[in-house]
Amino acid sequence: MSSHVLNADAAHGHDHGHEEHHDSGPMTVFGFWLYLMTDCILFASIFAAFGVLSNNFAGGPSGHDIFELNYVLGETALLLFSSITFGFAMLAMYKGNKNGVLAWLAITFLLGLGFIVMEVNEFHLLVSEGFGPQRSGFLSGFFALVGTHGLHVTGGLIWMAVMMYQINKKGITATNKTRMSCLSLFWHFLDVVWICVFTVVYLLGVL
Amino acid sequence: MFGKLSLDAIPYHEPIVMVTIAMIALGGIALIGAITYFRKWTYLWTEWLTSVDHKKIGVMYIIVAMVMLLRGFADAIMMRTQLAMATGGGEGYLPPEHYDQIFTAHGVIMIIFMAMPFFTGLMNIVLPLQIGARDVAFPFLNSLSFWLLVSGVALVNISLGVGEFAKTGWVAYPPLAGIQYSPGVGVDYYIWALQISGLGTTLTGVNFLATVLKMRAPGMKLMDMPIFTWTCTWANILIVASFPILTATLALLTVDRYLDFHIFTNELGGNPMMYVNLFWAWGHPEVYILILPAFGVFSEVISTFTGKRLFGHKSMIYASGAISVLGFGVWLHHFFTMGSGASVNTFFGLATMLISIPTGVKLFNWLFTIYQGRLRFTAPVCWTLGFMITFSIGGMTGVLLAVPGADFVLHNSLFVIAHFHNVIIGGAVFGYIAGFAFWFPKAFGFTLNEKWGKAAFWFWISGFYVAFMPLYALGFMGMTRRLNSSTNPAWEPYLYVAVIGAVLILFGIACQLIQLYVSIRDRKQNMDVTGDPWNAHTLEWSTSSPPPFYNFATLPVNAGLDAFTEAKRDGSAYKAPAKYSAIHMPNNTATGVWMGALITVFGFAMIWHIWWLVVASLVGTIAVFVAHAARDDQGYMVPAEEVARIEGERLKAMGLATGSPVHGARVESFERV
Repeated sequence: MSSHVLNADAAHGHDHGHEEHHDSGPMTVFGFWLYLMTDCILFASIFAAFGVLSNNFAGGPSGHDIFELNYVLGETALLLFSSITFGFAMLAMYKGNKNGVLAWLAITFLLGLGFIVMEVNEFHLLVSEGFGPQRSGFLSGFFALVGTHGLHVTGGLIWMAVMMYQINKKGITATNKTRMSCLSLFWHFLDVVWICVFTVVYLLGVL
Repeated sequence: MFGKLSLDAIPYHEPIVMVTIAMIALGGIALIGAITYFRKWTYLWTEWLTSVDHKKIGVMYIIVAMVMLLRGFADAIMMRTQLAMATGGGEGYLPPEHYDQIFTAHGVIMIIFMAMPFFTGLMNIVLPLQIGARDVAFPFLNSLSFWLLVSGVALVNISLGVGEFAKTGWVAYPPLAGIQYSPGVGVDYYIWALQISGLGTTLTGVNFLATVLKMRAPGMKLMDMPIFTWTCTWANILIVASFPILTATLALLTVDRYLDFHIFTNELGGNPMMYVNLFWAWGHPEVYILILPAFGVFSEVISTFTGKRLFGHKSMIYASGAISVLGFGVWLHHFFTMGSGASVNTFFGLATMLISIPTGVKLFNWLFTIYQGRLRFTAPVCWTLGFMITFSIGGMTGVLLAVPGADFVLHNSLFVIAHFHNVIIGGAVFGYIAGFAFWFPKAFGFTLNEKWGKAAFWFWISGFYVAFMPLYALGFMGMTRRLNSSTNPAWEPYLYVAVIGAVLILFGIACQLIQLYVSIRDRKQNMDVTGDPWNAHTLEWSTSSPPPFYNFATLPVNAGLDAFTEAKRDGSAYKAPAKYSAIHMPNNTATGVWMGALITVFGFAMIWHIWWLVVASLVGTIAVFVAHAARDDQGYMVPAEEVARIEGERLKAMGLATGSPVHGARVESFERV
């Protein structure tokens, strides 16, 4: 939820003439940056917890036994490409091309959805093989960390769906531009976090 | 249908609990009846509950804090009487499982639901005014933060009558807090109450950081911000940097309890000590979040009532920053006995001792501010002087505890209890009460009764010493914390003395309530017409008391250090501008109330495993927010004529007050330092 609440009202505290426009965008984006830093610390804490637990296999499998790097590479590709397509959505927005924005957002949404579907599938396979979080400290840390990222992406997808509805209904308004900037930051941030997850959890895990 | 919830969850067999619930119910009915009788529901809803005005949100925070102070103090006096009764074979009146809930609730309530909202309330009322802003950066978010706190408060209080609260102590260490050793709902109440209110705190931190960085009056430099604003800013930096750790830690404890994860468990590769590390990586910065704003209050109080500029304004800012940064490097001193080895313990011991240096800088700054000043002995000054003495003692026992060797003797003893009450009561609480008395006229337009304020101070401070000095001794004598009875005859006299101290503090709280009653009754004689009852330095005193909803008709320009003092000196204070212009303000909204209510339902459903309700309330919360955002509410403009009318009325009322020679003389006599 907290990722959504920062689209607050217009700026106040400046003297406005009647005819002036309220430009709250920069402050909202700045506030959203601050929020992202808190999210960064949240991830850092869970990364640290994973680091502590990463060798506690308790007789269960290690990352080397269960990770399929090619599959995860596919997931990673989906998410990274979705960041690029979000970039195109932003470019279309700056050009005022509403249909372009909607189309690129839809593609981004599908790529993100594909990522989540693949992740859920991976989780499902692991659990059905008896390698759920109940099995060991390592698997608990793995599910906690990857799952937290997955929940964030899911939140981002919900936000994106609402965004598309809003842009379709109201067009590229100043408010929608600000919200797109925030969502864009959020989406790229999750990409960066995923690169860390891919490196720390999967690449180091199969060593 | 109702998960784990059944009628058995209500503790019929515990008379103390049932009587408490009955009293709360009666009080609640009386309150609702009174509001209905006086037809105040609409007023309450439109003017307060749905308000996004930072001043009103601040007042509501402090009301919550005071109510929870009463609840937390009731827990405290129950513990002290139990311990005084349960000596030498006596059993007292509280069975262990009840006593354990009481000490847990006392800690959680006093830290999370008393001290935090008190600080947040003061910051809400004062900070935007001190930087010459019309509101915070995100007013709706501010309202939401408040209602998230209320949601946590509601869950803690519901646990009293439905189910139980945690029996783990306020730190809730696993494996005790794990599902194996705490199978009941107590720890779940703890988790969700802290998680929800903690989310609100994080958002508050983000909001107020954006406010000080983006909303300062035109031309106000960062280093010229008043010291209270600065210490709050450091506290907000700490919030933003530390509360996410709490969120993550509680979430990990949650999946351990709900989904059978093995993160903090004893078996299958879990690591309970990791919880303790993570908890204190949040918990230690948290105590600085509590104390730094109090330091800010003392600085404002001392510089105002000596009539001097604060000695070492810049060094005060840097000292607060040093405390904030160092505060992140000391968490391990809460568990030297973990066995990290001599090197690690030495590092954290030294880091802890280092913090006393910037704190000492502050103390000397206050002393040098008083030096050669003319200190007016008002109630806020009494609290400040009491703090300076008491906090110094608490600081010294803290440095003692920072020696790992000494800590091995004193760990988990009552010495530790005495120490942290020494710094939290003698530091944070005294500071908040001083700030309450200091800014009360700003918020309400009349000053508090001095006589009852000073009586409260004397009862509080003497009560504090009588209650907690014996605990230092008991700690040295080997009495550990969280005991519900004792058999050592040598401890008995100290336990009796401690309960007398608790009663003295009770008198102090009673004096505060009487003070409120008397002050409201006599408000006509104590009106603050000028908006500046103390002849103070900073911008919040330049506007009326209470300030108009837009705070400043025209924003202060190029406000420097002690801007209002400068304005009074060069004669630019109280001058009407050549013309007023329209002011943009945000609209009130009920979204925060609804989201807080739905999240409370969500937390309750999670606690009792009512899964359909979990889904429904979560979807509802998101829907309410999306609907709010979809309105694209851009606020409204207050017409210039309306501003002129409100300001005109104020200046008219002031014309009488400023014409009086007393006020003029006071401005003249201001000493330049």
